[in-house]
Amino acid sequence: MRRWLMLLLLAAASLGSPGVPAGEAKPLAEDELTEKRLIAIASELRCLVCQNESLAGSHAELANDLRREIRTLIRDGKSDSEIMEFMVNRYGDFVRYRPPLTGTTLLLWFGPGALFVVGLAALVRYLRRRDRAISDTPLTPDEQGRADTLLQDPDSRQGQP
Amino acid sequence: MIPEVGNFALVLALCVALTQGTLPLLGAHLNRQQWVALARPAAVAQALLLAIAFGCLTTAFVQNDFSVVYVAQHSNTLLPLQYRVAAVWGGHEGSLLLWVVMLVLWTLAVALRSTQLPEAMVARVLGVLGLVSAGFLLFILFTSNPFERLLPGAAEGRDLNPLLQDPGLIIHPPMLYMGYVGFSVAFAFAIAALLSGQLDAAWARWSRPWTTAAWVFLTIGIALGSWWAYYELGWGGWWFWDPVENASFMPWLIGTALVHSLAVTEKRGSFKNWTVLLAISAFSLSLLGTFLVRSGVLTSVHAFATDPRRGIFILVFLGTVIGSSLALFAWRAPKVGLGGRFGLLSRESLLLTNNVLLVVACASVLLGTLYPLLIDALGAGKLSVGPPYFDAVFVPLMLPAVFLMGVAPCARWKHASVRELARTLRWAFVAAAVVGVGAPFLFGEWKPLVALSLLLAAWIVFSALLNLFERVQSTRAGQPFLAAVRRQPRSFFGMHLAHVGISVFIVGVTMVGAYQAEKDVKMEPGDTVSVGGYSFRFNGVREEKGPNYRALVGDIDLLKNGAAVRKMFPEKRFYVASSMPMTEAAIDTGFLRDVYVSLGEPIDKARPDAAWAVRVYYKPFVDWIWGGCVLMAMGGLLAISDRRYRIKARSAAPAPAVTTASLAQNA
Amino acid sequence: MNRFLWPLIGFVVLVALLAVGLNLNPRDVPSPLVGQPAPLFALPRLDAPEKEFSPQDMLGKPWLLNVWASWCVSCRQEHPVLVELAKRQTVPLIGLNYKEVRGDGGIDIDKLAPGNEKKMVIARAAEWLGKHGNPYTLSVLDMDGRVGIDYGVYGVPETYVIDRAGIIRMKHTGPITPEVFAGKILPLLAELSK
Repeated sequence: MRRWLMLLLLAAASLGSPGVPAGEAKPLAEDELTEKRLIAIASELRCLVCQNESLAGSHAELANDLRREIRTLIRDGKSDSEIMEFMVNRYGDFVRYRPPLTGTTLLLWFGPGALFVVGLAALVRYLRRRDRAISDTPLTPDEQGRADTLLQDPDSRQGQP
Repeated sequence: MIPEVGNFALVLALCVALTQGTLPLLGAHLNRQQWVALARPAAVAQALLLAIAFGCLTTAFVQNDFSVVYVAQHSNTLLPLQYRVAAVWGGHEGSLLLWVVMLVLWTLAVALRSTQLPEAMVARVLGVLGLVSAGFLLFILFTSNPFERLLPGAAEGRDLNPLLQDPGLIIHPPMLYMGYVGFSVAFAFAIAALLSGQLDAAWARWSRPWTTAAWVFLTIGIALGSWWAYYELGWGGWWFWDPVENASFMPWLIGTALVHSLAVTEKRGSFKNWTVLLAISAFSLSLLGTFLVRSGVLTSVHAFATDPRRGIFILVFLGTVIGSSLALFAWRAPKVGLGGRFGLLSRESLLLTNNVLLVVACASVLLGTLYPLLIDALGAGKLSVGPPYFDAVFVPLMLPAVFLMGVAPCARWKHASVRELARTLRWAFVAAAVVGVGAPFLFGEWKPLVALSLLLAAWIVFSALLNLFERVQSTRAGQPFLAAVRRQPRSFFGMHLAHVGISVFIVGVTMVGAYQAEKDVKMEPGDTVSVGGYSFRFNGVREEKGPNYRALVGDIDLLKNGAAVRKMFPEKRFYVASSMPMTEAAIDTGFLRDVYVSLGEPIDKARPDAAWAVRVYYKPFVDWIWGGCVLMAMGGLLAISDRRYRIKARSAAPAPAVTTASLAQNA
Repeated sequence: MNRFLWPLIGFVVLVALLAVGLNLNPRDVPSPLVGQPAPLFALPRLDAPEKEFSPQDMLGKPWLLNVWASWCVSCRQEHPVLVELAKRQTVPLIGLNYKEVRGDGGIDIDKLAPGNEKKMVIARAAEWLGKHGNPYTLSVLDMDGRVGIDYGVYGVPETYVIDRAGIIRMKHTGPITPEVFAGKILPLLAELSK
């Protein structure tokens, strides 16, 4: 409770007095450009400890360490692909959220596109065949009778062009 | 005592479900009226028994009965009452119980609302639902009994996962499960139709409102989950392509395809086989989702308990239910008629194209979700498939689908002509192009992908307005315009409202993706930081005590042009029982933007009264994402409330379908 | 063939895949370092902090590298197995003491004076080994976890089997159970020692 009061007083003091050093907050990262690249790289990487989070979002201890490592690599002038290679060399393809295009991922990367093409082709083929099947179906006697009366009835023919 | 009552109710419910799943089905087949008549009472009895079981578990939670293992694992004396109730479905056993409860609620609704249907049909539908329910009850009783005792009882419970102690999470699972399980009704109708061989327009009309209702629940359920992730996980994302999210999204995609395909089957008698297959698939994907989440086959933040026995049981169940359904389909489908004739370009063919796109999109999500498993099973190593993959694959598939959404409602049934469509829609397209190309200039940087998305979003709206105008003009027959508008069926408005929901959703996704701004700063009390035209003044942190947690609460003034807008209180909580930290962001929600603040860590851990790491976001249009989902759901509700589902169903002949079809042709 | 059978066939394949998947462990991530030379490092020794140890010192004989820390709960679980291994004296067992102080959630590293961390690491590690027994030929101190990153450590304890030529031949993540020890590590060591 005393601590609470103290904090409140402190807050009030900081509001009221211009003497407190206040101003535009400093960015947490020393270098914002590095940080931007870090986030871009880290969001493509999977955290190994809490496996369903990206390295950018994870609060795990190891994720902190790895982010620090990536920061160092960025500062050392390494390119994005070199950094990715650094991670993959240590933890394997498992850490990449964007699997590399290799023999084993051909189906993954081209499957949806192939399925799209096959799906549309099958659709067109089906529609054509269906159209033919329906027009080939002989009329039932009942339908035939109705058609005959329609054809013979001059009134109903008037509407036709 | 109460847990034993619950357990006993579950056993009885299983017996009833088995009865409901066998005798009425046999009765319908052998034409035995007494057996057929059993279906409805059995459905009611099962619902009552499961209500008792669910009530018993809830009571155990409310009374902090830690002699029940499940309660001891998911509750705590300090846990507030509303979360103790929500904790009933906070773990594996309870969420399965909720699953079955939802299933019997749908069953009960079908039993009570189906008085117009032929008795044999009702018996078959309820019978199929009874079999599904029996499978799940067996699963609960043999592998995941929530009433299992702990002897001697624990003195204190382990507490509910703090991530789940949130109002959004109280209603998210029930909504999601209502959607998941709701597809069981469409499934049961499809199986009943296959069994009886009566696959006609009447069948489509009966199952359509049920399917739409399930789709509405699923839409809301997914949206709630996304909204929860947005404000609870603390870094402002709204969709992570996590396996569990995918598990709920796949039935949604197929459900959406089913809703459209049912429309064609009802109105034109076409695509019957396709519609049946979609109905089976939608429910199969719900079951598959349950399997993926419950078996722990894929690691996920959500997969709580993993037990190989459970995995095997669900897999066998899944194999039996879906395998036999697909076998039945393969047996019956060749004999089903083709339905009405239509041209290569017609509303039918456009809807079918959209169906193909949705199915391919769903298959892609399934492929990405299961691919790591496939590679692992083949011994080819381990890999991860994450958001970059899904974004790259899913978005291009949706672009043509969204474009078609604008075209199909304007196309005629049976036969449409490209020239006529182009003539009708050209102004909608021009207007959409103007908005799409122009609007990004208003928000800063012009980006081609933003322009494309906004163009598509505007395209949906303008083509819907045009469609409404044309349709009213062609049917008004001298009436005042507004009176003619009011005469349009609700399902027509429902369709366009849902489509506009997609448009709103696209705007939200696009804008927040392209123009959100964030800053990660170190703030001393008194410091300010600006982002997106707003300033935040940090006034320090104070300590507060919650019912089962301690919190450090940041005090932040939100300012615009120097004037105070409001106070914001982001929190950092430490839950006592589980000693888990949680970040509670503070959000100022607005129509055009959210302002989002979350507390990081104190810069010096010993001095929480000094500087803190603070993350601030400006998220334009982010609420449109969920607003769009709400519009979609409302569209669905509007469609269900259409007059033609309320009037007494006419005889099973497809005659009424012709009249609706000819009405719709005037569109 | 009946084209309506295709959904059923696809489904059967899917179920087969899922059935296989049930027997896999999604948390088990194979290391790409197996078959690669063990990354080099030079780290202070726990028993003689002024001296450094490097994997090059071990060239010519197979050896084990075991990652441990006193805060690691599962390390205690595998410790008896390691003690048993040490008694047999088949191969040298080098301990990599991983983030002894920094990895412990209860300690705020920023409050420690730079020189104090090493003292604290040594005191804590030595105390733990004193209490549970010291199976290690020697242990080295990876205070900031940098070497751990080079070895792809993501969950302590982890164990690497390294051959005569300095190539990593096997990695085991998690505590070594007697089964893993007898069934995988010992046979591999026997083969490597030939």
